[in-house]
Amino acid sequence: MTEFFQSLGMTYEWAWFVATIAGILLIALPLMLAVAMIIYVDRKVWAAINLRRGPNVVGPFGLLQSFADGLKVFLQETIIPSAANKGLFLIAPIITFTVALIAWAVIPFNSGAVLADINVGLLYIFAVSSLGVYGVVISGWASNSKYPFFSSMRAAAQMISYEVSIGFIIVCVVLWADSFHLNTIIEAQRGHGLGFINGFIANPLLFPLFFMFFISALAETQRVPFDLTEAESELVAGYQTEYSSMSFALFWLGEYANILLMCALTAILFFGGWLPPFDWEPLYLVPGFVWFFLKIFFFFFCFSWVMATVPRYRYDQLMRLGWKVFLPLSLLFVAVISGWLMFTRYGGVA
Amino acid sequence: MVDLSQYLPILLFLGIAVVLSTAFVFLPMGVSRLTGSHKPDAEKLSEYECGFPAFEDSRGRFDVRFYLVAISFIIFDLEASFLFPWAVSLEYTGWTGWGAMMVFLAILGLGLAYEWKKGALDWE
Repeated sequence: MTEFFQSLGMTYEWAWFVATIAGILLIALPLMLAVAMIIYVDRKVWAAINLRRGPNVVGPFGLLQSFADGLKVFLQETIIPSAANKGLFLIAPIITFTVALIAWAVIPFNSGAVLADINVGLLYIFAVSSLGVYGVVISGWASNSKYPFFSSMRAAAQMISYEVSIGFIIVCVVLWADSFHLNTIIEAQRGHGLGFINGFIANPLLFPLFFMFFISALAETQRVPFDLTEAESELVAGYQTEYSSMSFALFWLGEYANILLMCALTAILFFGGWLPPFDWEPLYLVPGFVWFFLKIFFFFFCFSWVMATVPRYRYDQLMRLGWKVFLPLSLLFVAVISGWLMFTRYGGVA
Repeated sequence: MVDLSQYLPILLFLGIAVVLSTAFVFLPMGVSRLTGSHKPDAEKLSEYECGFPAFEDSRGRFDVRFYLVAISFIIFDLEASFLFPWAVSLEYTGWTGWGAMMVFLAILGLGLAYEWKKGALDWE
């Protein structure tokens, strides 16, 4: 894009700056639009599985429902409880939303279509997504109210528990792709399975890790069946209880942006990102970002599907699954996969 | 060689994201004062409780197991940060590097087993 702005007669520095800002807006604004639409999709899928209609009043098929909700919260009064720590109370939603946005800076939407082409992209996403826990903890503490406090405690313990196993699963994928660079990881999946399936999903050693990653992603984003932080019957609305107006909506938007990020990450790590599902020439005629968005949408549908069908876990079951099942299993897989690669790829028997 | 210029867009993105979310928080405050929906009173500003005044300070004691989870998290997250550089340099470190990391993993596995046996991972 820099070349285009240079052709308009700008110097290289200015052209680069304008192109970068345009790129950022091209990610951030459609992302917010996508979040608004995906909330609508979530409600529609949920309703369809429950044999209800779902939102159908605002706009054709209720398509404008999210925007009506957005306008409503925007015009609401912002209530700051008198007992709250006001500064921290207002900073918490800012942290949540900012962190949810900036993780998208390194996501490749097509071959070469990436804003910041850093060589440790996966590490950056891992680091940024673990910052999300601060927004939750700060909001629970600053609200100075019982339910948000308990909820943020639960949320923090839950998020860090599953982050550990996500970290080990990421190590396994990185071992196979031999890189943290997201586009290299995607390229490594070209024709990976039986010579024609694009994606690590066709790899028998990485296949179980996909399921562990998907379930960990549900827990990390506090979706059903792991939504103990917002268990309505126990904790009202969790750490968002004291929030109103746009501060409340920012948690909501951040949560869904994180869910989309996890869907994108699943697509990149196990399903070949912007590659078509099969290494077959006519499929490459469809632009890469279309495949990428289709994959994200499919995984989001799975998230909605799980939400509508699976009952909620108890907290002890959640912790048991994280620490006693996923952690030992993912550690084992790191050992097995690295050992297998040592034998088959790096020199064989010493 | 690390290409640091690629990190500049991230910094710009961070700036834009902070400005955007700050505007989202503070703009509705101004709007609600203009439209007249901003009408705070003592009851509205009190913390949420089920229809009665809160009995005690909400920042009370909490279960020590949350603390244990945080301690375990530090150990295993640190372990993951050792694994990241090892994972991309397996080609150069060879069997020596692999064996060393397996010893390290075994020690941490023992630690996990001990923690498990002691009941630090149990939530009844």
